[in-house]
Amino acid sequence: MLSLQNISKSFGGLKATQDVSIEFGAGSLSAVIGPNGAGKTTLFNQITGRLTPDTGRVMFEERDLVGRSSLAITRAGVVRAFQVASLFPTLTVGEALSAAVTSKQRGSWQLFSYFPVNSAQRRSDEIADLLGMADKRQVLCKELSHGDQKLLDIGLALALEPKVLLLDEPTAGMGPDERWRMIEKVHALWKSQNLTIVFIEHDMDIVFKIAQTIHVLCYGALLASGTADEIRKNQKVIDAYLGSDHHSVSGAKELQS
Amino acid sequence: MNSNLITNVGAAALAVAVFAALPFLFPGAAMVDFIVYVAAYGLLAMSLNLLVGLTGLVAFGHAIFFASGSYTFGLLMQSGAVSIPVAVALTVIGTAALALVTGAICVRLKDVYFSFITLAFQMVFYSVVLTWVSLTGGDQGLLGGIPKPVFAGIDLNNGYSLYLFCIILFAICAIIMRQVWQSPFGYTLRLIRDNATRADFLGVDVFRMKLAVFVLSASIASVGGIILALFVSGAYPEFAFWTTSGDAIFALMLGGTKLFLGPLFGAFLLELLEHYVRAHTEYQNFVLGIVILLIVLGLKRGILDYVHDYWVRRRKVEKKPATAVKLARSPDA
Repeated sequence: MLSLQNISKSFGGLKATQDVSIEFGAGSLSAVIGPNGAGKTTLFNQITGRLTPDTGRVMFEERDLVGRSSLAITRAGVVRAFQVASLFPTLTVGEALSAAVTSKQRGSWQLFSYFPVNSAQRRSDEIADLLGMADKRQVLCKELSHGDQKLLDIGLALALEPKVLLLDEPTAGMGPDERWRMIEKVHALWKSQNLTIVFIEHDMDIVFKIAQTIHVLCYGALLASGTADEIRKNQKVIDAYLGSDHHSVSGAKELQS
Repeated sequence: MNSNLITNVGAAALAVAVFAALPFLFPGAAMVDFIVYVAAYGLLAMSLNLLVGLTGLVAFGHAIFFASGSYTFGLLMQSGAVSIPVAVALTVIGTAALALVTGAICVRLKDVYFSFITLAFQMVFYSVVLTWVSLTGGDQGLLGGIPKPVFAGIDLNNGYSLYLFCIILFAICAIIMRQVWQSPFGYTLRLIRDNATRADFLGVDVFRMKLAVFVLSASIASVGGIILALFVSGAYPEFAFWTTSGDAIFALMLGGTKLFLGPLFGAFLLELLEHYVRAHTEYQNFVLGIVILLIVLGLKRGILDYVHDYWVRRRKVEKKPATAVKLARSPDA
């Protein structure tokens, strides 16, 4: 569905992305992991048109996305959520969702109808229900808790009915319990909405538990790709990232023995 | 027609009726003069607020479109080739075209760079008006008055008819702006104001949206210019000077940008200050400066914004005890 082919990107002497090729299948749930500075967000920026790769192709539905604007890529169905929730401070949750739905419905040019139009209102209510935020529709975005802001950020992306949803650390800045609640919601969305999701995550327990496929980045290069078990056993990944005393690794060793 | 449009048209019709009756209740030219000035500068300020308050684009050269309205309309009428309604339509179309060209350059820039390039375009326009003496009359302004031929049985040489015509023009523009303010288009502009980057990642074509509101806002500002040109029967280079843009910004600072009628209230206060202060002292700018300082330092926002925020705060405080009661009733929730 979405396939990165030999993508490279340098900033001066810094090789942020080195010859990365990844295949994200339709309907898959994949994780991208790696130490800080491994180039995970940079990779997302190249997929979504914020940055242009120096070389390589980003194939989506048989078309190359490289060189197209972030607007065109978003409209094609590759939509992202942000690591730091990127919202609309002075609008309420309901208004922000309805405006995003309006954009999806190509209704942003309506000058003389009353906002929100019925169909946008209905869809926005559906999304609020889906997120479990129905009771917060009247709350201003800036007054939401951190967790709800991250959730709404994903909700705004969902409003565009994406084919591929890129989540940049959906659990960033959350406590352990909140993380699990959040990731369960993401998991439920993936199952119910028939989405292709790629997410960046630091919490290994979460990654190993829910991701079908895991891609490990290190210094901009793809270190390994595989299922949770394959990644746990991969010596290169253990050396570079997990460390031998990581409990998930020891868990894997126990499994082996 | 949806119910919202009916509400807006109804409110505007009511306001027009009230203002139409005013000169009979309080005879005298001074009040009519005052109202028309507020209508003209009010349209300038309200249209500017479509950019500043709704889209977050602080345009500092908005008077270019106000002056374009006055001059285009004045020249068209002096040519004697068209009737007043046709001249109004042509003026709005011409100004929209000017805004399309300048806007396509301006809205690519952000923040202070946007403000300054709009100012630059305005000063270019001002220089052209000053130096193209054969067309514009230079610093004398459009001389010889603006003829007002009778159209459809309406004679604008009659003071009351002219007054009513100006009020109705204002009302039509106000209805359009009110509809936009509440429309999906208006809320998409709010997305851009709050977070343009995210709006782009939500599939909003930020550039075209900005350009569209820029053209719309300019068109409405030009109607303000038409009203003023009709009323003073001329057009003057001061209309295109940066102080006219400055007055519109002052109106926003005085009245506020969050509420639809905030800028109109600001324009009203500004005219009121000018009117009464000028009668007593020649240092009217000194007094104006003090008033602006008091509002900026004291309220930190326009007056109607202050009232709005106060009201929102009060409502929240009233709501809170209610939730506390709810919690107390269901301790296991």
